Amino acid sequence: MTTYIIRRLIQALVVLILVTLIVFFVMRLLPGDPVLIYVAQTAEFEAMPPETLDRLRAEFGLDKHIMVQYANWVAGIFRGDFGTSIFYREDVGTLMLERFPITIHLGFLAVIIGAVFGALAGMLTAVRRGKWLDKTVTPLTYGGLTIPVFLLGILLIYAFGVKLGWLPISGYTSPLDDFWLSTRQVIMPVFCLAVFGLAANARQMRSSMLEVTRQDYIRTAWAKGLGERVVVMRHMLKNSLIPVITLMGVGVSIILGGSVLVERVFAIPGVGSLFVSSIFGQDYVVVQAITLVFAVIILMVNLIVDISYAWLDPRIRYG
Amino acid sequence: MAELLKVENLKTQFNTEGGVVKAVDGISYHIDEQEIIGLVGESGCGKSVSQLSVMQLISTPGEIVGGEVIFEGQDLLKYKAHGSEMRSIRGAKIAIIFQEPMTSLNPVLTINQQLTEMLELHLKMSKKAARERAIELLSMVGIPSAKSRIDDYPHQFSGGMRQRVMIAMALSCSPKIIIADEPTTAVDVTTQAQLLELMKDMVERFKTSLVIVTHNLGVVARYAQRIYIMYAGRIVEEGTTKDIFGKPRHPYTIGLLKCIPRLDEEEGRKLVPIEGLPPNLINMPPTCAFLPRCSYKVGRCFQESWPPLKHLHGQHYISCYANTEERTSEPAAR
Ligand SMILES: Nc1ncnc2c1ncn2[C@@H]1O[C@H](COP(=O)(O)OP(=O)(O)OP(=O)(O)O)[C@@H](O)[C@H]1O
Ligand SMILES: [Mg+2]
Repeated sequence: MTTYIIRRLIQALVVLILVTLIVFFVMRLLPGDPVLIYVAQTAEFEAMPPETLDRLRAEFGLDKHIMVQYANWVAGIFRGDFGTSIFYREDVGTLMLERFPITIHLGFLAVIIGAVFGALAGMLTAVRRGKWLDKTVTPLTYGGLTIPVFLLGILLIYAFGVKLGWLPISGYTSPLDDFWLSTRQVIMPVFCLAVFGLAANARQMRSSMLEVTRQDYIRTAWAKGLGERVVVMRHMLKNSLIPVITLMGVGVSIILGGSVLVERVFAIPGVGSLFVSSIFGQDYVVVQAITLVFAVIILMVNLIVDISYAWLDPRIRYG
Repeated sequence: MAELLKVENLKTQFNTEGGVVKAVDGISYHIDEQEIIGLVGESGCGKSVSQLSVMQLISTPGEIVGGEVIFEGQDLLKYKAHGSEMRSIRGAKIAIIFQEPMTSLNPVLTINQQLTEMLELHLKMSKKAARERAIELLSMVGIPSAKSRIDDYPHQFSGGMRQRVMIAMALSCSPKIIIADEPTTAVDVTTQAQLLELMKDMVERFKTSLVIVTHNLGVVARYAQRIYIMYAGRIVEEGTTKDIFGKPRHPYTIGLLKCIPRLDEEEGRKLVPIEGLPPNLINMPPTCAFLPRCSYKVGRCFQESWPPLKHLHGQHYISCYANTEERTSEPAAR
């Protein structure tokens, strides 16, 4: 097991190096100049002499050869220095520390809700296949898989925020400051983030439960005289979860991607909206840093998923 | 000995898209206390479905459409399929060993977990007592170093050992009846013989009745006191093992006997397979289902519906119009 984890970590490192290369060079390939975009927003742009622009470029190291820039960036990361945002004029590490807790708060809730309620819905629809619960919930999962997140967000805002006035339509408050307000604010964005995972987990869980139901060992369990709850929870659940766990890795990437849209729609100052504004501002360093952290999260989640297989299925032993 | 289980005119069908499959079409049989009976027939003739019906373990599209299963004076089919009365029978009073040892144990639970849950459920044992008992049962069925192997998972056991675990599981609550549904089909011949001997010893020790379901008459010859021959969802001949092997009267039984090798016969006897295939159980003709493959058929077979069971003598019954008696003493010359 340990050797397996070490091997996986080395693989992850290789992937990360590739990610840094790709994000670094793709950002530089885009037309435009972050310094220009930055100064264009300030009033004295017209009056700015070219020397000042050059001085700014030098300040951010943008005058150096691109390979040197890459090397400096990577070297910085190892020292824990993600560079300075051209746009915010702030240390990127500090910037991310402000923004990431918000995104992680929403994303974590979305993952948990998607996993728990998705699996539960799949389980119940499978156990009551063809009954009213199945007939209502299963068609809904098609919707959950296909509805665009921003559209869902706008519809929710319209219905629950504007028409019914039950929930605040935007903003974010830390649960440590005002738990009740914070909870009301995150309900809609978390639902938007979770909806794909909910639907995907429910569908996968339903079909794998139905598959497990037909297995001989389930017939054995019934033949022992066990009640339905024991048969389902003890004999079916673990077996059915194995394919569902695979989706978790994908689910986390989808939630990270979704946060970019959802934070925009609900005006939440998380890392997703920072990411969007940094792309438009060509704030290289910020985009690079966020991409890197996203990549680390996704790689770690996938590693955890693979390890949890071994816990779920004793036939799997990693060497 | 007193009668323990009586199955009366049991009918089970599968409502498939292709039509209604009459998998079990009105079978009746009984088993006495501490008796071993054999239920023999070709693959697909409804042996497993009939036994699963007794336990009410038929799931959609299957459906038990008629009959009675009288056990200890109660008709089990009156109980709700997964209700508490039926569940208190399953495993506790009637246990079943399935034909696929490789897939009949749950791959993600340990042997201990799978053995003890019945003891805890039916005998209300504590976890600790159940574990002790499970180890005892495993050693009894011949699992070496049961104490250390009880926490293994099924995939760490061979097919023969898993079937021993299944036997231990079936015995665990000292049921009145054990149904062994082709328990030895998936293992090699040596293991097969060992498992059968083991089961025989165990049912004697536990004073349990045993239903051996098999497609191989040879398997039951040594163990069963009475034998039921099944064909296309019905019982076509029943009798003591002596009747069936000594004076088989149904053309199908005669055919089955011709295709098993025997040691007590003169050399040079040819093994003759029964020609043709078993019928499709959808849209069966009203006449005898064995008719197309029968070499004894008479005119009446074509006109009348499936013959009812006819009493010959003692416990010997057949479902046949033809007079097979004078030709059974020597195999049909070819
Ligand atoms: N789920 C099902 N759906 C449709 N038909 C079924 C189903 N299960 C069983 N059958 C049909 O019922 C008939 C009897 O099957 P059964 O399993 O009892 O045969 P068997 O005598 O046990 O054969 P084998 O020796 O192969 O185990 C078969 O013809 C089969 O096609
Ligand atoms: Mg069978």
